Amino acid sequence: MKISYNWIKEYLDLNVKPADLAEKIERTSVEVDDVTTPSDGLKKIVVGHVLSLEAHPDSDHLHICQVDVGEDEPLQIVCGAPNVAAGQNVIVALPGSRIADNVKIKKSKMRGVPSAGMICALQEIGFSEDVVPKDYVDGIYVLPADATPGDDVYDYLGMNDSLIDLDVTPNRGDMLSLFGTLHDLAAIYDQPVTLDKPEVKEAGADIADQLAVHVDDQLSPQYRMRLVKNVKLAPSPMWLQIRLWNAGLRPINNVVDITNYIMLKYGQPLHAFDYDKFAGNDVYVRTAKTGEKLTTLDENDHDLDESDIVIADEKAPIALAGVMGGLSTSIQDGTTTVAIEAAVFEHDHIRKTAQRHNLHTDASQRFERGINQTGVQEALDAAAQMMNELADGEVQKGSVVGSSNIPEPAVIELTLTHVNTVLGTDLSMDQVTHILESLGFKVAVHDDTLTVTVAVRRNDIHIPADLLEEIARIYGYDQLPATLPTGRMTMGTLTDKQRLMRATRHSLEGLGLNQAISYALTTEEKAQMFMMQASETTHLAWPMTVDHAVLRMNLVSGLLDDIAYNSARKVKDVALYEQGRVFYREDGVDRPSEEEHIAGAITGTLMPESWNQPAKAVDFYQMKGIVAAYLKDMAVNGDITYVPNTDMPEMHPGRTADILIHGHRIGFLGQIHPLVAKKFKIAATYVFELNLQAIIDMPKQENQYDVISRYPAITRDIAMLVDNDITNEQVVALIERRGGAFLQSVKLFDVYDGVKVPKGKKSLAYTLTYQDKHETLVDDAVTQAFEKVSKRLEDDLGAQIR
Amino acid sequence: MSLKDKLSELRQRGLADIKKSSDLKDVNQVRVQLLGKKGPITEVLRGMRDLDAEERPKVGAFANEIRDDLTNALAERKAELEEAVLNAQLAKETIDVTLPGTPVAKGEPHVIQQIVDQIEDLFLGMGYQVLSGPEVEEDKYNFEMMNLPKNHPARDMQDTFYITKEILMRTQTSPMQARTLEKHDFSQGPLKMISPGVVYRRDTDDPTHSHQFHQVEGLVIDKHVTMADLKGTLQVLAHELFGDKFDVRLRPSYFPFTEPSVEADITCFNCGGKGCKVCKNTGWIEVLGAGMVHPNVLKMAGVDPDVYGGFAFGVGPDRFAMLKYGVDDIRNFYLNDVRFLTQFTKKG
Ligand SMILES: [Zn+2]
Repeated sequence: MKISYNWIKEYLDLNVKPADLAEKIERTSVEVDDVTTPSDGLKKIVVGHVLSLEAHPDSDHLHICQVDVGEDEPLQIVCGAPNVAAGQNVIVALPGSRIADNVKIKKSKMRGVPSAGMICALQEIGFSEDVVPKDYVDGIYVLPADATPGDDVYDYLGMNDSLIDLDVTPNRGDMLSLFGTLHDLAAIYDQPVTLDKPEVKEAGADIADQLAVHVDDQLSPQYRMRLVKNVKLAPSPMWLQIRLWNAGLRPINNVVDITNYIMLKYGQPLHAFDYDKFAGNDVYVRTAKTGEKLTTLDENDHDLDESDIVIADEKAPIALAGVMGGLSTSIQDGTTTVAIEAAVFEHDHIRKTAQRHNLHTDASQRFERGINQTGVQEALDAAAQMMNELADGEVQKGSVVGSSNIPEPAVIELTLTHVNTVLGTDLSMDQVTHILESLGFKVAVHDDTLTVTVAVRRNDIHIPADLLEEIARIYGYDQLPATLPTGRMTMGTLTDKQRLMRATRHSLEGLGLNQAISYALTTEEKAQMFMMQASETTHLAWPMTVDHAVLRMNLVSGLLDDIAYNSARKVKDVALYEQGRVFYREDGVDRPSEEEHIAGAITGTLMPESWNQPAKAVDFYQMKGIVAAYLKDMAVNGDITYVPNTDMPEMHPGRTADILIHGHRIGFLGQIHPLVAKKFKIAATYVFELNLQAIIDMPKQENQYDVISRYPAITRDIAMLVDNDITNEQVVALIERRGGAFLQSVKLFDVYDGVKVPKGKKSLAYTLTYQDKHETLVDDAVTQAFEKVSKRLEDDLGAQIR
Repeated sequence: MSLKDKLSELRQRGLADIKKSSDLKDVNQVRVQLLGKKGPITEVLRGMRDLDAEERPKVGAFANEIRDDLTNALAERKAELEEAVLNAQLAKETIDVTLPGTPVAKGEPHVIQQIVDQIEDLFLGMGYQVLSGPEVEEDKYNFEMMNLPKNHPARDMQDTFYITKEILMRTQTSPMQARTLEKHDFSQGPLKMISPGVVYRRDTDDPTHSHQFHQVEGLVIDKHVTMADLKGTLQVLAHELFGDKFDVRLRPSYFPFTEPSVEADITCFNCGGKGCKVCKNTGWIEVLGAGMVHPNVLKMAGVDPDVYGGFAFGVGPDRFAMLKYGVDDIRNFYLNDVRFLTQFTKKG
């Protein structure tokens, strides 16, 4: 809501600049989006009087105008507006002037005719199209006849006012009006404020004889109407139009403008009906019936149902209550009798109706938040008075009141001790009482206790905490001390799980992978790739796009998306890991379970080419090395084995391994299937994904000291030919099992399956290290053990020792 | 020529030869020549037999002196030459130290993670626990127990990804606060916690909006926790994340789960508070929301609001990172361009 600085100054004696006032409001009440003065940035824009005009010889729409701008000689200005006419007062941008959007106007020629400046439309001097009166939307604006040529136009158009744009939070509906804002400012500046009271001059007949209202007071706790006859529709006076357009509303005619003006001033939305268009003299406030239709003022058709509140006459709905009036009973040329409605509608209904019909209006916004229920009649009277004064209307005697349930004010007790305990302050009873009274609340003090009767307009205040906020903000948050909580000590430590998750990240970063955070919401297809267990998908009910519609059940597909993003930007070497959750759901259960996972993906090379070393493309074994190093870091207790997996549809069938700890599958590792790579438009990529929760839950090894032997170790190398399908793991397992008591380690140092070995065979070579912890090993003992294991390899695995 | 003169001459010639020797082999040759068994000194000493008994010890002493001089000179020369050889060797080994070092594979933590870790460490140090709850939440914990009943108008403020009517993607990490409050045993001490994590809103992704982002929410509940404590805590947080020069100010705001509710601004780091485009000329930048926990929230979690109370706050690491590093598009955090990810390396 844009509130006028000048309007505020009519009520409060403020000696502050608009920017400072805005700052104060922001620090004490509600956020301020910005403060603008419409004339800012404009230069040399004056009133001009069109003395004469003639058609441009070379154009069918341009006119050559002689314009008096208060100087000795008139200016010749070529103007293309269809509505320009001699005798008008117009807005003239002089040569050297600056209009909206910082555009400079110079002397020029238009189709050969010199033109000294420009006659402007309101839009050209910064008005938003939505607030320009309809008559002037497609042409220049015509100023009042009494404007003086040569004067700056700003004051005529209210452009020197400053407008403070309040971003009102949902609880502060009271700030959506001048009067509500004034109440707050009165407290902030500790100044009394007197608000004017309407005095209605009534004439004619009793309204009760002309109109009856029938109201369901559950839907409308207050419903009041006045009737004004013989109104003369006309444009509103300038001051009223200025109030409206500066608040962002388009002036229409005096009757409609008055209802909008009262809304801005009191916060009470009003509606004006053309009484003569009612079918009958009875008006009903009721829920709509399914099947009923209404065309609203904006000429849109709406299908109504029982959750909409409508105003209806004998035949049909004539307004969507609290949201928008109907077209059939709207104020139009020829309207002479106006029924003004001032009411309170139940906010939940209004909210839903506004949502369902996508009609968020100034009225619905106010009803949703709640309006000042003690001011409904006053706003109605003020509108009637203005229709008398500005439209010559004859206000009929009295009001019709269909319902008049005004809520009792909230009465809240709190103690001074509580105030100071919660705020951390040392306020006196006088200070607190004064703050509350300045807000217009009544306060009774008894010992330490305050009994506060809250003004009804503040419908956001119900409990002591609400009053604490009032006290704190008016006292000023800057004045609060800054301390830290005292009280009983607590330990702040990470849990084992949190520590392991941090260690996981540090480990993988140390191994060369960058942490990625990808989207957890993905496509249905990607959500189901690289599955580590069976699960139902979990869909959003109303996704924004299909790209983010289903909860992921793997992390790898997100990393592949990331690689694709890099790849599309010509970044070829990408090494990423991600720690995050996957979402598994059982059939028949709405809520998925969440499992922590860790995944990695590398494409290109981990170690880019350098002047002293060539690039080495990532391969299975490099990724395996990373996974192994990571698992070693996590110190999981139990044998880690890698078992070929030929069945994962998204993975290369010959280059994928399941990762087992102690026989439990905790993840997989390998190259993604070339067809998957193609689908993601990426190069060969190696990935792994592990169930991190499983790693967290597994028992861990403790660090312990192992004596380093003082006695020398002896090594023996062994090379052998084996069948291709014999795995390294089989060979190592056998050597370890049969290697004797002193075998310390087995290390593979060569694999060869090239031309020098027979087809179907491969050569494997290992270094075996022997050591005794307690004495120097005898060569013979090693030779004996070595021969024994060689024999075993021949017998059990058919190895040919070379 | 007397024996003594011979010796003197020998010394002179020997020293000259030593000086002339140009490599270690030369030095060795000179040594053998001068001091060897067939060398001139030995020969001279042999001639001592012919001397008087009185002269003999003097000449003997003189001969020994000369032998020592020559031995020392040889050693010195040898050392000199050895050093020269080593220096020559080292000179040959000279490399261009300005060539780049051999690359090492090294990954970086995500910039959001760095900020979350920093916040966690700060609050761990102040005795807070870190608790992260489920990302798929019940409406009850995400909204209702946060004092946002089904028809609350503030629900419009955060558009939500629902899965079913009652199940949703959490829009904040505060449901974990409700879950923890429900279980906390206050006889064991106050509740001091932060809950970091990913949250989701039904937004269209653009430079300033993301349907997925991060939040860290904090909660302290005890018998005597004040709004001044909240202000002090937020000041510590701002100083930790941005530096001591930064001031914090509170402004009224509205959140259904706190009362009073405030928004906290910090000094604009672009202009230091003078006013600029970034801060819309106010000198301040809004960074977080906070307040005193609403009695309804406590009541719904089974905590007596007449006895216990406290504060809550919520910060957005994404927004912090954008402000702190001038990141102009929030989507950068989730698209994982490695050229973006590897920019945030300064951990010192
Ligand atoms: Zn700034």
